Amino acid sequence: MDYIVILIAAVFVNNIVLSQFLGICPFLGVSNKISTSIGMSGAVMFVMTIATTATYLLHNYILLPAGLDYLRTITFILVIAALVQMVEIILKKVSPPLYQALGVFLPLITTNCAVLGVAILALGLENSSLLKAVFFAFSNSLGFGLALIVFASIREYLELANIPEGMKGVPINLLVAGLLSLAFLGFTGLV
Amino acid sequence: MANTIDQKQNFLKGIVKENPVFVMLLGMCPTLGVTSSAFNGLGMGVATLFVLLMSNTVVSLVKSQIPSKVRIPAFIIIIASFVTIVEMVLEAFIPFLYEQLGIFIPLIVVNCLILGRAEAFASKNDLKSSILDALGMGLGFVIALTVLGATREILGNGSIFDFKFVSEDANTFILFILPPGAFIALAYLAILFNKLTVKTA
Repeated sequence: MDYIVILIAAVFVNNIVLSQFLGICPFLGVSNKISTSIGMSGAVMFVMTIATTATYLLHNYILLPAGLDYLRTITFILVIAALVQMVEIILKKVSPPLYQALGVFLPLITTNCAVLGVAILALGLENSSLLKAVFFAFSNSLGFGLALIVFASIREYLELANIPEGMKGVPINLLVAGLLSLAFLGFTGLV
Repeated sequence: MANTIDQKQNFLKGIVKENPVFVMLLGMCPTLGVTSSAFNGLGMGVATLFVLLMSNTVVSLVKSQIPSKVRIPAFIIIIASFVTIVEMVLEAFIPFLYEQLGIFIPLIVVNCLILGRAEAFASKNDLKSSILDALGMGLGFVIALTVLGATREILGNGSIFDFKFVSEDANTFILFILPPGAFIALAYLAILFNKLTVKTA
């Protein structure tokens, strides 16, 4: 039951992009085509789940016992950066087709605040356990994917729309994101 | 190299022409995430300004020592160190702001504005230009966040810097305090900013 609540909360109620504002850069940056947004979501799903597993273990079994809690930010960002590199190298060797699909998005993920954000948020879960933290990260990456893909499909329609001159580009995208966020606000109180 | 750069232009570009938020769209997560009031926007802006200033200074000083292959991880460590300092200082001295900004303080590390300036400017220019660049960009960021925070607070709460100018039971646009309001307010501010800058140019 706990897990269902985590899933619904992460995907709909506290959507990581639309209500917590993490990962806005890729959300606005790589959402002009559905195909690229699917690739990005896949890469984030992959990295976010692995990164949270690593940072959770690091935090609970190395930093906390050693009393080095204040090094959290530095160590987490280094672990994430190293992990992204490693995932890239391994994917290239083991699964070239997957690398083809996700490769270009991987370097961008290091500075995706959603990954670091979720890694930190996962530490604050109630009665947390490794499994719960990993599931939390996975649910959040699903939420990220959902927001990104829905946004991309709307933007594909916008290409053909007749938009006032001053609103072209950034402003119209922000407005669309605002309306999407308004729609997700409707899920408040679901869990 | 210093005399090839007009220092006044160098400082001013961050505030108007290359404003990090309205023009370059850098650091969007904290921009949208913490600006539910003018005070929070200002606090986040100043914290970012400090980290940006220190990282630009240090990167500019040590740029010749860092092999170019590992420069990005090196920059990230420099930035993360200053973020940790900011985190500890805020927790100790301004706990109220620390609570309000929450997760967005450690996330200053991945603010693309800071890494962007380290990579694009401080790693190529001398100390004085780098400091001015950081001050200009940082002030542009502070102004943008404060204006966005003030706009949302005025519309959503009828107050500015916690000073309430409507009666307690007045109806306000609660929407602007909520997440969708951040996107919508920023969209209209960006339109306004474009209009003003295009006119003066």
